Amino acid sequence: MSQPEGAVAPQPHVAHEAHHEEELGFWRKYVYSTDHKVIGIQYAITALLFLLFGFSLMMLMRWQLAYPGSPLPLLGALLGDARMPGGTMLPEFYNELGAMHGTIMVFLGVVPLAVGGFGNFVLPLQIGAQDMAFPRLNMASYWLFFLGGVTMLASFFVPGGAAQSGWTSYSPLANLAGTGQTWWLIGMVFLITSSLLGAVNFITTTIQLRAKGLTFYRFPFFVWAQFVTAFLLLLAFPPLEAAAILQLMDRLAGTSFFLPSGLVVSGQVLAVAGDGNPLLWQHLFWFLAHPEVYVLILPGLGIVAEIIANNTRKPLWGYRPMVYSVIFLGFMSFIVWAHHMFMTGMGTTMAAFFQTTTMIISIPSVVILTALVLSLWGGSIRFNTPMLFALGFLPMFGIGGLTGLPLGLNVTDIPLHDTYYVIGHFHYVVAPGTIFALFAGVYYWFPKATGRMMNETLGKIHFVGSLVCMNVIFMPMFIQGLAGVSRRLYDGGASYAFAEPVLHLNVVSSWGAWILALFQIPFIVNFFWSIWKGKAAGENPWEATTIEWAAPSPPPHGNFRVAPEAYRGPYEYSVPGAAKDFSPQYEA
Amino acid sequence: MTSDHAADIDRHVKVYITVFVALMALTVITVAVSYLHLPLPIAVAVALLVATVKGSLVACYFMHLISEKKLIYAVLVLTAVFFVALLALPAVTHSDGYWIHE
Amino acid sequence: MDIPYTVEVRRDTGLTNGKIGIWLFLASEVMLFGALFASYILIRAGAPSWPRGDTILNVPLATFNTIVLISSSVTMVMAWASLMRGRFGTYRMYMGATILLGLVFLVVKYFEYSHKFHDGLYPSTSNFLAIYFTLTGLHMLHVFGGMLVNAYFWGPGSKLWKTNPVWFTNRVENSGLFWHFVDLVWIFLFPTLYLL
Repeated sequence: MSQPEGAVAPQPHVAHEAHHEEELGFWRKYVYSTDHKVIGIQYAITALLFLLFGFSLMMLMRWQLAYPGSPLPLLGALLGDARMPGGTMLPEFYNELGAMHGTIMVFLGVVPLAVGGFGNFVLPLQIGAQDMAFPRLNMASYWLFFLGGVTMLASFFVPGGAAQSGWTSYSPLANLAGTGQTWWLIGMVFLITSSLLGAVNFITTTIQLRAKGLTFYRFPFFVWAQFVTAFLLLLAFPPLEAAAILQLMDRLAGTSFFLPSGLVVSGQVLAVAGDGNPLLWQHLFWFLAHPEVYVLILPGLGIVAEIIANNTRKPLWGYRPMVYSVIFLGFMSFIVWAHHMFMTGMGTTMAAFFQTTTMIISIPSVVILTALVLSLWGGSIRFNTPMLFALGFLPMFGIGGLTGLPLGLNVTDIPLHDTYYVIGHFHYVVAPGTIFALFAGVYYWFPKATGRMMNETLGKIHFVGSLVCMNVIFMPMFIQGLAGVSRRLYDGGASYAFAEPVLHLNVVSSWGAWILALFQIPFIVNFFWSIWKGKAAGENPWEATTIEWAAPSPPPHGNFRVAPEAYRGPYEYSVPGAAKDFSPQYEA
Repeated sequence: MTSDHAADIDRHVKVYITVFVALMALTVITVAVSYLHLPLPIAVAVALLVATVKGSLVACYFMHLISEKKLIYAVLVLTAVFFVALLALPAVTHSDGYWIHE
Repeated sequence: MDIPYTVEVRRDTGLTNGKIGIWLFLASEVMLFGALFASYILIRAGAPSWPRGDTILNVPLATFNTIVLISSSVTMVMAWASLMRGRFGTYRMYMGATILLGLVFLVVKYFEYSHKFHDGLYPSTSNFLAIYFTLTGLHMLHVFGGMLVNAYFWGPGSKLWKTNPVWFTNRVENSGLFWHFVDLVWIFLFPTLYLL
């Protein structure tokens, strides 16, 4: 818009970043920083801690599943009589662990690491920007996430414990649950707000602050993935916020948005106005939660794409189809949600609609996975740790995706719904899927963030151990699910005769989980040891082509000494006739 | 440039006043119609139509949407598509025999 | 650090960062209120009976409030127009009026709510009242939030006019967009809850 009358535009300042930096005290520099790199690292460390905590909750659950009713040695006594009298797990505690494991892993672990951590740290660097478009909003996003996390953790200590109604918080169960559920809802409001503000930042930054010459079709695939993810967060989260408000009203103001009339609880009819609809909660929840699963996977796909291009020394195969696919995927993700609700009594028209859209959405996913696999063909593959995790991701995501197909078809979903098959399916996609991609990203961008390389030997041990254990944990679940073992049973199916032949698999999965924990130790040790003692990295240790590698390692406040410019596409590796086997995007 | 610019704003202000009067009139109309106690489907249609007109006036002229850039239109069209999906939710579920009630 | 396109527009998009940011935020708000409207439709369609709005709610008072809010939208856009004309004093007058009208809206809502409570009508009484209180309550929170932002730009934030008038004008415009949106939501809320 034109300038207001009588106003003189001020002269732009030349930023003296390093000088300004020295003036900031410890708190402004490391805690209340508006620098996207600091915020990204804050998100990443907090999220990794939450991932570890969420994993620990599951390890507790796996004791109960492997040895139902037996006292847990050592730890059992510490958890107190309210939860583990005599060291044996109460069903309520099992439910608490289950609900919070899911919530923490999804909302406090994976998304904050994938989007808040990697998105914040890498995106501005990869588009050649100095920082995000709204640095203070970025800081607010982190602290809202932190607040949401603290609320969720605090909920363990309220009377009745944390939420126990699944991460899905279905009504009417969630309506009637203890105080912990209210804390869960409030925590979710903080987390949703944090994500919304973050999404505004990411979209604006990507559009406005990209370097000269960096057109949309020259974006690294990682940028496209984060861009689409931001739109999913922006438009899909608000309905869950609305649902949370409605459930809070039900719980605190006595309304009955989700409570039908005549509901009998403990032998008595509930004294509420009634005429509410529990399905309304499900619709609003899944309207977010389906796009949410794409939020879980897309950044991972972006990371894997970067690492594969770099370590095959070839351009990605099918860049344009991948871009069109990720956009189409984002769009379709909004109209498949009721495939999570096939068993709620919907009519055939609705079922047919959602089944069709669900089948259609598998196409872009397959395109992207195929393009990544085909990118390996004819490549000079370097088997470093990031590449190993990226390679491991491919078949794991493939298994996860393929096992989703029977769940997306109404008829085959009937026997599989709410069984261990579902748990196997989504864990394959998120655990040896996304989390492997995130590990790959840590190993890959650690040198940029710290100026040091992580140790390769420890990395390879981490990889092999994790790959084997993940499969040991989750493959048996398909068998259990096909046998009909329901999820969320605190004895792992022990009280059902038909589950007897597959019950022993609970022991297998549990030991897989505990050994998986042991294999994370090399990673944790490697991470901290390398910060101080890792081999010096230099600007571009991976000989990569994307713009983040033009910055110093670690980049200073303001990122680049000179504003970078993009001269070519993102994956110009092994260009015929070129002097080096990589032609960086930012070199003239 | 400056004088063109001032005339520009003057034109805008005239538009704002016109829109204000239109909004007042439409408010009166929508309330007056409600006193007719029309059958529900017709009442809903009329009320939503008037509200849409009023909302469009606010959006187009107060929020300057009528002269906005393509990117903003693109974001809003995308939002509108998903908004329709969200609102279609009760319509679809209601028509498909999805009600346990009654 | 000077983030580009905070004050001047980027050539290929024709937009400042703030303008894009606020419209993205409003898009998310459309989905938030949209979800609540969808919930309203679903609950009402499934209810055995539903009272007509004017049988329970105070239509004249709400009509007055509608006029108040629409007027505040006009004063808001006039505040921005004043800045575009370089008239800071007139801006303060219009912005002050916007804040005041917002306050009137909130006061009227306070009387509406307390009247209901006095008559023993609470959110828990019926689904009609539940959705009424929730929708208007959330809207009210947005009015309040908007007022806080406007008050900041009327008061301490207005210092920016002296050092960077273009940036200040942009920020007022963006706050105005939020305020107009709040008015827009009410334009739909009012007939839906009170007249149907």
